[in-house]
Amino acid sequence: MSVNIKLEFLGGLDVIFNSERYHKVTVPSTNASTPLILRDLIKYIVDNMIKDPKDIEVFIENDTIRPGILTLINDTDWELEGEEEYVLESGDVISFTSTLHGG
Amino acid sequence: MTITTPSPYGQSQAETKPKLSQLCEHCHSRKAQIKRPKNLQKICKECFYEVFETEIHNTITNANLFHPGEKVAVGASGGKDSTVLAYIMKLLNERYNYGLEIVLLSIDEGIIGYRDDSLATVKRNQVQYDLPLEIVSYRDLYDWTMDEIVACAGIRNSCTYCGVFRRQALDRGAMKLGISHVVTGHNADDMAETVLMNLLRGDVARLEKSTAIMTESKGSPVKRSKPFKYSYQKEIVLYAHYKKLDYFSTECSYAPEAFRGTARELMKNLEAIRPSCILDIIHSGENLVLKPKKQRTQFRKNAKAGSKVPTEMEVRSDGSVSLTSAGFVDGNTCEKCGYLSSNKICKACMLLEGLEANRAKLRLEGDQSFVGAAKLTRTLENLSF
Ligand code: SF4
Ligand SMILES: [Zn+2]
Ligand SMILES: [Zn+2]
Repeated sequence: MSVNIKLEFLGGLDVIFNSERYHKVTVPSTNASTPLILRDLIKYIVDNMIKDPKDIEVFIENDTIRPGILTLINDTDWELEGEEEYVLESGDVISFTSTLHGG
Repeated sequence: MTITTPSPYGQSQAETKPKLSQLCEHCHSRKAQIKRPKNLQKICKECFYEVFETEIHNTITNANLFHPGEKVAVGASGGKDSTVLAYIMKLLNERYNYGLEIVLLSIDEGIIGYRDDSLATVKRNQVQYDLPLEIVSYRDLYDWTMDEIVACAGIRNSCTYCGVFRRQALDRGAMKLGISHVVTGHNADDMAETVLMNLLRGDVARLEKSTAIMTESKGSPVKRSKPFKYSYQKEIVLYAHYKKLDYFSTECSYAPEAFRGTARELMKNLEAIRPSCILDIIHSGENLVLKPKKQRTQFRKNAKAGSKVPTEMEVRSDGSVSLTSAGFVDGNTCEKCGYLSSNKICKACMLLEGLEANRAKLRLEGDQSFVGAAKLTRTLENLSF
């Protein structure tokens, strides 16, 4: 089952997403028997939404969200939701906020 | 910490009733939404507001930062830290009756595409928070914008120029308003980063001072302080996010020095493994007491020429500049601009002289660069009223 997710790229991160802060995406399921998790969403973002390959390192480091980017799942710290293992549900709002940009 | 009374609605919201393990460790009634980096405590939004605000209040009172009736300027850049600072200062001032008169003070460095947009944010904050705003521009003070300086002197030293000019601009702005205390949004991450940088560079003299919450230097009539000294960047950003504060987050067109960037990267990676390390580094810095140094004789030798010209100037993250440690004579002022200075002319005037000379040279060489052109038209504008 695919899921519909609202994405937010904040704190200056929008620069690598066509300067657009808010996006709605449908993440297609890869395998009918396993539910989609946040790791799948991150892969989807990297594969489909970051146009310039040089920008990937702004978002990803060592295969995960770069330290210094705050990830919230429905306004809750992703550290409390299992991080990449979080099972996505349609309607979820996932926000990524850079804490590294501009002082 | 006192425990807040659980919300009366806490139980009735059956549809999203959190599991016990998901409950806030502070009020035990609402769902935890934040994991605090400093102690890994899981707390809800409401408790987060409370602890975040209270801790800053405690920092302020423990350090005796303010006195009733004091006029305080918030150095406001439109960025997340200073936006949250302006909001919190107003909030705490009202909640705890500090009796402060708060003003927003912004510096316009003249960087198109960056500062013009961020100043628009500050102007919105002025309305949102109902605080007076004063903007001081490099162009008015020095007759140079950062864009012109970079075109003339290159991008490599942009932050050096910018830092020297900003320090003086903040002082002048504050003095114009009759204010002798500027608070800035420097947070725990910034401070740990600075400690780390000074350590890595072997800058022992600055290492000792880098954790001071308030700096009063003889070279400046205005003191600076950092109420966010113990506040994590992560929590400041979360606070801004939850409270929907309006801040600006574009990087300066002239990227900050590479070394700081690398130190920041290192800090973030350390924090990911051990979040408390930010406060731990500050703690280490605070407890560092240096051996009294005995290099007087050497300094004298350099100084005997009469006017000591510092060979090197370094700019800290807050825009302040290192003054040659010894030999500052109280009451000395710059011959050119009247600003406090241990030397005959102040650092800003020295840099300005260099810029003027450079521009003259460019003109002589027939370089019709836009700097020359822009400056020339401006001079003409001024002439023709
Ligand atoms: S990054 Fe450098 S040039 Fe840009 S505003 Fe900061 S100090 Fe000035
Ligand atoms: Zn709570
Ligand atoms: Zn001067």
